[in-house]
Amino acid sequence: MILIWFILLPLAGGVAAWLTGRRYPLLSRCVALLALILTFGHALSLWVRSTGIAWTGNGDGHRAWLYDVHYEWIPQLGISFHLAIDGLSLLLLLLSAFLGIMSVAASWTEIRDRTGFFHLQLLLVLTGINGVFLAMDLFVFYFFWELMLVPMYFLIDLWGHENRHYAAVKFFIFTQVSGLLMLIAILGLYFMHGAATGLYTFDYMELLRFQMKGSASLWLMLGFFIAFAVKLPVVGVHTWLPDAHTEAPTAGSVILAGLLLKTGAYGLLRFVIPLFPAASRDFAQVAMILAVAGILYGAVMAFGQTDLKRLVAYTSVSHMGFVLLGIYAGNMLSMQGAVMQIICHGVSTGALFIIVGALQERIHTRDMSRMGGLWSTVPRMGAVTLFFALASLGLPGLGNFIAEFLVLLGTYPADKIIAAIASTGFIGAAVYSLWIVQRVFHGAGNRAASERDGRPTDFSFREMAVMGVMMLVLLWLGLYPQAVFDIAKHPVESIRFTYAPGDNR
Amino acid sequence: MTAVPVEHGLILAGALFVLGMLGVLVRRSIIFMLLSVEIMLNAAGVAFVVAGSRWQQPDGQVMFIFILAVAAAEVSVGLALAIRMYHKLKTLDTNAAGRMKG
Amino acid sequence: MIAMNDMLWIMPAAPFAGFLVLALAGSRLPRKWIAAVGAGSVGLSMFAALFAGCSFMSAPPGMHAYVQVLRTWIDVAGFSPKIAFYLDPLSVIMVLVMTVVGFLIHLYSAGFMRDDEGYARFFAYMNLFVGSMLTLVLAEDLLLLYLGWEGVGLCSYLLIGFWYKDEVNGYAARKAFVVTRVGDTAFAIGLFLLYSNLGTLQIQELMYRAGQQWAPGSVLAVAAAALLLGGAVGKSAQLPLQTWLPDAMAGPTPVSALIHAATMVTAGVYLIARTHVLFTLAPAVQAAVAVIGAATLLLAGFSALVQSDLKRVLAYSTISQIGYMFLALGVGAWSAAIFHFMTHAFFKALLFLGAGMVIISLHEEHNMFKMGGLRTQLPLVYRTFVIGALSLSALPLLTAGFYSKDLILWEVWSSKSGGPLLWAAGLAGALLTSLYSFRMVFITFFGEAKTKAGGKPGMSMSVPVVILAVLSVAGGFVEVPVHFFTGFLAPAFPPVQSANKAAGEIILQIIAGIVSVSGIVLAWFLFLRSPHYDKTLSQSGFGSLVHRLWFAGWGFDRLYDVLIIKPFLWAAKVNRDDFIDLIYLGVVWTSAGINRFLTFTQSGKVRWYVTGVAIGAIVILGIVVLL
Repeated sequence: MILIWFILLPLAGGVAAWLTGRRYPLLSRCVALLALILTFGHALSLWVRSTGIAWTGNGDGHRAWLYDVHYEWIPQLGISFHLAIDGLSLLLLLLSAFLGIMSVAASWTEIRDRTGFFHLQLLLVLTGINGVFLAMDLFVFYFFWELMLVPMYFLIDLWGHENRHYAAVKFFIFTQVSGLLMLIAILGLYFMHGAATGLYTFDYMELLRFQMKGSASLWLMLGFFIAFAVKLPVVGVHTWLPDAHTEAPTAGSVILAGLLLKTGAYGLLRFVIPLFPAASRDFAQVAMILAVAGILYGAVMAFGQTDLKRLVAYTSVSHMGFVLLGIYAGNMLSMQGAVMQIICHGVSTGALFIIVGALQERIHTRDMSRMGGLWSTVPRMGAVTLFFALASLGLPGLGNFIAEFLVLLGTYPADKIIAAIASTGFIGAAVYSLWIVQRVFHGAGNRAASERDGRPTDFSFREMAVMGVMMLVLLWLGLYPQAVFDIAKHPVESIRFTYAPGDNR
Repeated sequence: MTAVPVEHGLILAGALFVLGMLGVLVRRSIIFMLLSVEIMLNAAGVAFVVAGSRWQQPDGQVMFIFILAVAAAEVSVGLALAIRMYHKLKTLDTNAAGRMKG
Repeated sequence: MIAMNDMLWIMPAAPFAGFLVLALAGSRLPRKWIAAVGAGSVGLSMFAALFAGCSFMSAPPGMHAYVQVLRTWIDVAGFSPKIAFYLDPLSVIMVLVMTVVGFLIHLYSAGFMRDDEGYARFFAYMNLFVGSMLTLVLAEDLLLLYLGWEGVGLCSYLLIGFWYKDEVNGYAARKAFVVTRVGDTAFAIGLFLLYSNLGTLQIQELMYRAGQQWAPGSVLAVAAAALLLGGAVGKSAQLPLQTWLPDAMAGPTPVSALIHAATMVTAGVYLIARTHVLFTLAPAVQAAVAVIGAATLLLAGFSALVQSDLKRVLAYSTISQIGYMFLALGVGAWSAAIFHFMTHAFFKALLFLGAGMVIISLHEEHNMFKMGGLRTQLPLVYRTFVIGALSLSALPLLTAGFYSKDLILWEVWSSKSGGPLLWAAGLAGALLTSLYSFRMVFITFFGEAKTKAGGKPGMSMSVPVVILAVLSVAGGFVEVPVHFFTGFLAPAFPPVQSANKAAGEIILQIIAGIVSVSGIVLAWFLFLRSPHYDKTLSQSGFGSLVHRLWFAGWGFDRLYDVLIIKPFLWAAKVNRDDFIDLIYLGVVWTSAGINRFLTFTQSGKVRWYVTGVAIGAIVILGIVVLL
């Protein structure tokens, strides 16, 4: 039951918010917020309890599961409702609830239309995401994986900006097609496992023991990889992302960048590498090259944008390249760095999207050429943006630096050239991050814009509270990252062990 | 009693069918098109009856009865459509009802 | 007796606390309080530094260093950098100079920025800078050093672009950050290399292991030293990454004094001195350091000679003087480099602060040729500025600049890895230095007055300037007559590898002295007595070409613009709509095309459909019959 709360709380909260939303929009917001705070509190209490438990990662590829829930569902087909949580899942659940709270708080004044339905969709996405992070049965995993998409589609299509229909359909088609590839791979794995052992099951832990050989494993691995690569996104299949992020409402962008992309990274860590370690090793070089390409390509693309939200969207392509790089470099340093990057990118990019949303609410444009000189009118906003821009460019002292540094430090022994090229992403990040600050807040100011819209108001107390919490989190992750590393240690250790058993680093 | 050769029956059925099809293709009026469809249905019916008598089975005649029922239903729906069409378009020319193109 | 080991954290922590106070509550505090918090926090760390320095000298600790380990920052798979501070003679000098000069400049800023609306923001950034800089020099671990390193880069960015309303300032700020980031990236790769091969980033342990495991001249040592050099070159504005510093003068003048003259730009010198073991293991790279230093000091010296903006002269002069420090580092004269760093911090800060007073009393006039005759109008500024200029041009016997520069020149001459060629470059640089210094003095303060100075600088501005003037003269006597300074630094560095220690120091000193004085005289002749020579020279065909080349800093900006910036901008612009999307758009267009073709067949004509059905039936029957 303890794990089902992660699914039930957002689901129930969403339905309640929907029912109350028609009459009392404010109540609906509060209900959604309350449900997410409860979820977050629940995750926190698990974390506190987990510190008392002796994690026993015995280093032979078996994971230390904190909790494990197992119900029969369709036994004839080997499907069971199997949820389990380890440190990695717990971190991501914390992130999910945290960003959920932030996005509800950030869209407090932005969404005035169908408020209840909006919160239903938002919480449904979070339900799906939590399910993805918990599912230990491939069928259940696929179920939640698809469950995320539909409400996300509605979030973009109903509450998005001018070009929302195009973006929503594009998002849906990309993720759906890649999801179907994964379904094929899941079924392929199911039948091959069944044929080899006589046991037809979708259970992750059973399948984990099945080590496939030959080219079939490569193809199945690719099926999974493509699904996760689209989500991550890896350069080449990333083009849904700028559109979806740009057109989505603020909360949608936060969830997309902060969580939906992370399901791709989580999938790589949880499924691709442990289920197909040999095939992943063969594929590592390609994946790392793709990662570096993504880091640099995303940085250049980000700089070229004129739409602020699109710029931030492309920075995600760049930053998630570090995650991919860290995962496939395959040692403790790089993988821990990747986990850290998952969390820090979620917070920092989420915050940037909230800022862009707040800006758009005030000056009704995302076009950077029509901004400028806003620092003197909205200094708090400027300072906050500066902070997150610095996080994005990897300033030491903030979490993103720790993450990127560890990824590169771990990549270096694996491949020197790739690590060196990826490091130049630091320069690109500096260029686009400072460009945001310059274009929006510095400079003489755009008189036409201010005359048209009057003086924009600075961040309110609510917005400052949201931003302040996110800034504190990034600072905390930058100065005391050990808490995250400790909790992720055993899961990451066992993933690394299956991936590269010989290497002790 | 000398049985009619089965070939003759089938030739008759084929001729009727082709006539009916040509009628559907050539005529513009929906009434005549419906008539032609009826002829085609009956051609199929003749083929069934001939085949039934060839193999001395009742199935052919059962199928003919079935076709009659279908034809009756078809005519009732078709004529209803024709009336609606005339109401709407003031003509029975099917070319005038081309608004459904994609 | 308070244990010094537990007090090191106060030095960086005090300015950080000041930053926090000013950042969170700055907009609500009255100006007096802002200045008090801003200068007071730096003052507190100055007292801590003085205290540490005194206790260091009175009772040198074991191993010649205080170490304070606060806690472990990260602990992942054996990678466990610590947040720890390390105070050895080298960092004592660095910390003392930084806090003393920093405190004086904070005092000065309280007056200089008096009327600026961003008063709190300014002091917040300045405090953040001092905190980061102290973290940099006190860090015991290279990762913590990197934190300070990036922190000072950030503050440099923030303060160059402090007057954000002007696009030009923003551009200069971003240029500074990005150009130094290029070096920082090399530095970061160097850290990856060091950790991967030596298994730690703790500086002392790292140096020890490097000495143990790497043979002199081995590939890894050369690569590591070269990468660190990349970082140092970026931060210290040496060739080929020097282009950002002249533009950085867009910031307020106290910023130029503190960050872009006295402290941050010498971080590269500190880094090389700190990791000198690596550089001795890589003689090729060390030679490169010397060559870079020599080339930079000459190129920047020539550029300084033709600038018209007062602060740009000083900026090129800074590049040139840091070139001297690099030259010294390159020949293994570690202590001499640090000595020059110290004297340079004093007299260059003095010159910048003086320039700031000139600029502020002429209402933001930067062009020297619109000044003139300020000698009588601003007597205090004039006197201190001349002292600074004398120290910069190394006037023999009296000034601090003479002792440090002379030490460098002598060790370049006598060191094994030095030699007459490098020495000659240094000497030529010395001539250039006194030439451009006094060109500046004569044009600004002598001649006829072209503008009227408005208002005299207040106490908070003149007191720091006077103190710095005293230091610019007296600062040299820590080395002469007794070698106190180098003796103090001796535990931190190996001695200079001298080839011909025998004799000649006196002769060389005399030569250097003559060169310095003749530069001043030449400047007097060219720029004050008969300026028409200068005019005709710079207006002749070849002369004007050279003039323009020097004025533009040898065209490096142009070069990078064509080679890097333009292609990057082009790539970003041309691909704004993401060509990869075309693949997917292609799929969309193909489906749309097929769709259009198929909709054509759906004509809405019943007989057309019937024909289709008939033909289809015939085709299928035909296939069935024929096959």
